[in-house]
Amino acid sequence: MNATLRSFRDFFVSLQLTVWLLILSMILVFVATLDQVNLGIWAVQAKYFRSFAVLWQIPDSNVSIPVFPGGYFIGGLLLINLVAAHVYRFSFTWKKSGIQLAHAGLILLLLGELFTGLMSKESFLRLDTGETKHYSESFSDNELVLIDHSDPKTDLVVAIPEAAVADKKSIQHKDLPFRVDVKEYYPNSNLQRVGPFAGPRPVANQGFGTSVVIVPEKITYKPNERNIPSAYIEIVAPEGSQGIWLASQMLQQAQTFQYAGKTWEIAFRQTRTYKPFALTLLKFSHDKYPGTEIPKNFSSRVRLKSDDGKEDREALIFMNNPLRHGGYTFYQAGFDNNDTTTVLQVVRNPSWLLPYIACVMMGLGLCIQFGITLAGFIRKRSAANAAAARA
Amino acid sequence: MKRFLPLIVLALGALYLASTLREPTDKAGYNLTDFGRVPVLVGGRIKPLDTVARTSILSIRGSQYIATPDGKSITPDAWLADVLFNPAKADTYKIFLIENHEVVDLLKLNLEDGDGKKRFSYEQLRPQLPELERQARMVDSVEEPLRTPFQKQVMSVQQRVITYMQLKASVQVPDAPDFLAELVAFDKALPAGIEAVRAKQANQPHSEEAVTVMRQMADRFSYIESVGNLRTVPPDAGDTNAHNWRTAGGALIDSFGVGRVNKTVLAYALLGHAWRAGDVKTFNQVVDELHDQLAKRYPDAMKKSDVESRFNSAAPFYSSMTLYVIAFLLAVFSWLKWPDTLQKSAFWLLALAFVATTAGILTRMWLESRPPVTNLYSSALGVGWGAVFLCVILERVYKNAVGAVAGGMIGFATLLIAHHLSIGGDTLEMMRAVLDSNFWLATHVVVITIGYSATFLAGFLAIVYVVRGVFTKSLDKATADALYRMVYGIVCFATLFSLIGTVLGGIWADQSWGRFWGWDPKENGALIIVIWNAIILHARWGGMVKARGMMAMAVFGNIVTSWSWFGTNMLGVGLHSYGFMEAAFYWLIGFVISQLLIIAIAAIPQDKWKSSSSEAAVT
Repeated sequence: MNATLRSFRDFFVSLQLTVWLLILSMILVFVATLDQVNLGIWAVQAKYFRSFAVLWQIPDSNVSIPVFPGGYFIGGLLLINLVAAHVYRFSFTWKKSGIQLAHAGLILLLLGELFTGLMSKESFLRLDTGETKHYSESFSDNELVLIDHSDPKTDLVVAIPEAAVADKKSIQHKDLPFRVDVKEYYPNSNLQRVGPFAGPRPVANQGFGTSVVIVPEKITYKPNERNIPSAYIEIVAPEGSQGIWLASQMLQQAQTFQYAGKTWEIAFRQTRTYKPFALTLLKFSHDKYPGTEIPKNFSSRVRLKSDDGKEDREALIFMNNPLRHGGYTFYQAGFDNNDTTTVLQVVRNPSWLLPYIACVMMGLGLCIQFGITLAGFIRKRSAANAAAARA
Repeated sequence: MKRFLPLIVLALGALYLASTLREPTDKAGYNLTDFGRVPVLVGGRIKPLDTVARTSILSIRGSQYIATPDGKSITPDAWLADVLFNPAKADTYKIFLIENHEVVDLLKLNLEDGDGKKRFSYEQLRPQLPELERQARMVDSVEEPLRTPFQKQVMSVQQRVITYMQLKASVQVPDAPDFLAELVAFDKALPAGIEAVRAKQANQPHSEEAVTVMRQMADRFSYIESVGNLRTVPPDAGDTNAHNWRTAGGALIDSFGVGRVNKTVLAYALLGHAWRAGDVKTFNQVVDELHDQLAKRYPDAMKKSDVESRFNSAAPFYSSMTLYVIAFLLAVFSWLKWPDTLQKSAFWLLALAFVATTAGILTRMWLESRPPVTNLYSSALGVGWGAVFLCVILERVYKNAVGAVAGGMIGFATLLIAHHLSIGGDTLEMMRAVLDSNFWLATHVVVITIGYSATFLAGFLAIVYVVRGVFTKSLDKATADALYRMVYGIVCFATLFSLIGTVLGGIWADQSWGRFWGWDPKENGALIIVIWNAIILHARWGGMVKARGMMAMAVFGNIVTSWSWFGTNMLGVGLHSYGFMEAAFYWLIGFVISQLLIIAIAAIPQDKWKSSSSEAAVT
């Protein structure tokens, strides 16, 4: 091995690198925690942890410069360091077995977090009492949908992700007999009624858009607020424009139009994930401690019915007791409408078991190590005492 | 004499503890002890009036000491009796704590008129209460982290006034000159009154006067129903649903349907009459009746309520604090003189205080039917307990007074912190739904608390090392080596517990909202402790630091832990933020600065240390 290669290897297996990376990660976590006050938890995760470098925007400009290594960078190097050091120095002895087990657990934990970051999907399911739903909805992702209701049994839904809408291009799809042109798009917005004489004039010429206009709003990062996207959409058929529509999440009612003898619905809604089973809310309960408003428990009794007819049962979801089914986990997350509506958090995380395994490995490893050290200490101590007694 | 000193110290300490367990004696004949044991339902649980009295006065006044205008000191129970039964008198006690001069000014008060320039009576506040409410309403729209000190104080004072008014309206209409007579008259007039109201509703001839009397009474009762918050009236016999405990006001409004006044409400009115009239015999008799009547129906709740009021008066954490200080002083002096004797005395006192704290924590666990740590207050108890436990072991093994010094210091400091946290209100509060899991409270919270204790302990042992090494000649080679091994061992222990505790927390989070790690401030705080402990261990294994460096790092661990413990709560964001603590913030800053100073001292080269001139060849 030549000298460069050796120094390269020595760098990656060194304990010095471990210590410096740990110090950097500590600083990163600390600063990110403080910044939550300004940015909120989601933006902080994107800026500090799910990034290779923390960027700092030079005030009054669009230029961002990296100022600190990000979570992926530090975590990745730490992982390399950890694996490399163990591969390089690995030799099995009982004295070191605990430490090795603990570090293997740590590697698994870091990998688990990486997989979770890449694969886990969170959404929510909002159910009124008696309501049945086949789908959950995203917190932050939205889609522009065009729905053909003409088949009485099934709807044909064409969903265009918000990112494609944001590109403001013409969209053609094999299931659509027309083209969808995005004229304007606003990531966060409000709607304003058009006044009879003054103020802004309507941009759309069809549907609700003839009486309301979009008012752009600043993008929000607050944890308890969400962005409400809106867009002006022109439907262009081979025979010409069918009109401009306002699509917005502020609109509660459906907007429909006729084309070639079929009724189409156009809507901007939270992205849905359909599941091969349905949940029905039978009852939501909100228990309080006597004489107070302090919540004691929230629980939702639901009926779970799978499409293949193999499952049809009731389940009780309450705090710290989720329902796991079909790779999804349903957690009691909130409630609404005077305790008649439940909000369930829906998580799909194929790697959810990894932290559990990692935890057992690390716990066991550290306990073994600590036990070995303690036993050695006690042995030495009693030997020393015995020597002192003899003397 | 010298030989028996440890035994004498132990005996004196035990005697002191035993004395706190005595049944308190009541002055002037009133059986206030039993009055304090009468249970009421408030804040979601059945608790003795004694606890109501203590937590209320603590949140209004900031301490449990109360003085009447003529300078006599009275117990919380006697004060509560005055508030409930003789509000006109209680209104003159200067108890309302106002710490901000602008608020004093807002209420048109003179600093000089306040007790200690910061405590005022309800009588003094009364004229400006509407203005206080107007201000509070404006502050209400400001987000909590953004409030100015003035605004925060407005809210605190408003809350103190509300607490007081809620108590005042809990058993009688506050301005009633003789509520018993009023109720007796009302009870007599009730049948005819109900008849008259019914007749009026049916448009039949009726006595207009009787209707008016009923309406006036209904108004008076609805006032106390809407304001009073102590649920003094148990449900009817046979009904065990805790939701059916009622306030006096609610029970009185029910009397329009039932046709007579509720017996418990009458009993409290009689109690009030006797209290005002100085009728000791009747007072004690009614207290006994109230107590016995409930004892039959709620044997378990009453047993807890009795134990709780005894626990309150014994104040085991207060006596432990005293013992910890003495143990600390004895241990420090042992380094100067009589090493063996004083070390032994300190050890026994430390062990005694530890037993008393343990007993207190166990009592709380039994009262709550919960694992030991459920809120910030009990986390302070837990952190102290864990650290002292380790110190007792260290002291038993090393017998060099280091464990006693660290244990006495940490035991005292954490109990002092706990005392300040208890000012917020009842410390045996109900668990919010998301935290309501005895399994996770018993595993994650307990393990992480021990992790905090161990990290603090390593830091304090390191302080002992630095201070003794730099300023005294007492850090000889043997002591230095022993300290080094102790700190290293404790850091290993801290890494184990903080790591396991943190991961268990992640698993709890995964169980309750499907996210193993959410980067919540409190989670991050715990993570930073784990990382810092890992840094210390790896730096040592990699030979990057030696004894002095590791000590400095362990001291920095104190900063890391205090930030995770309190600093994260001060951010006011996240799922774990239990409350924003203004005053605590300055203490935290002060603590951090003191620790940085010690690290700076540790940075002084070893050959300049006083100990280095002795034969302390520490590296």
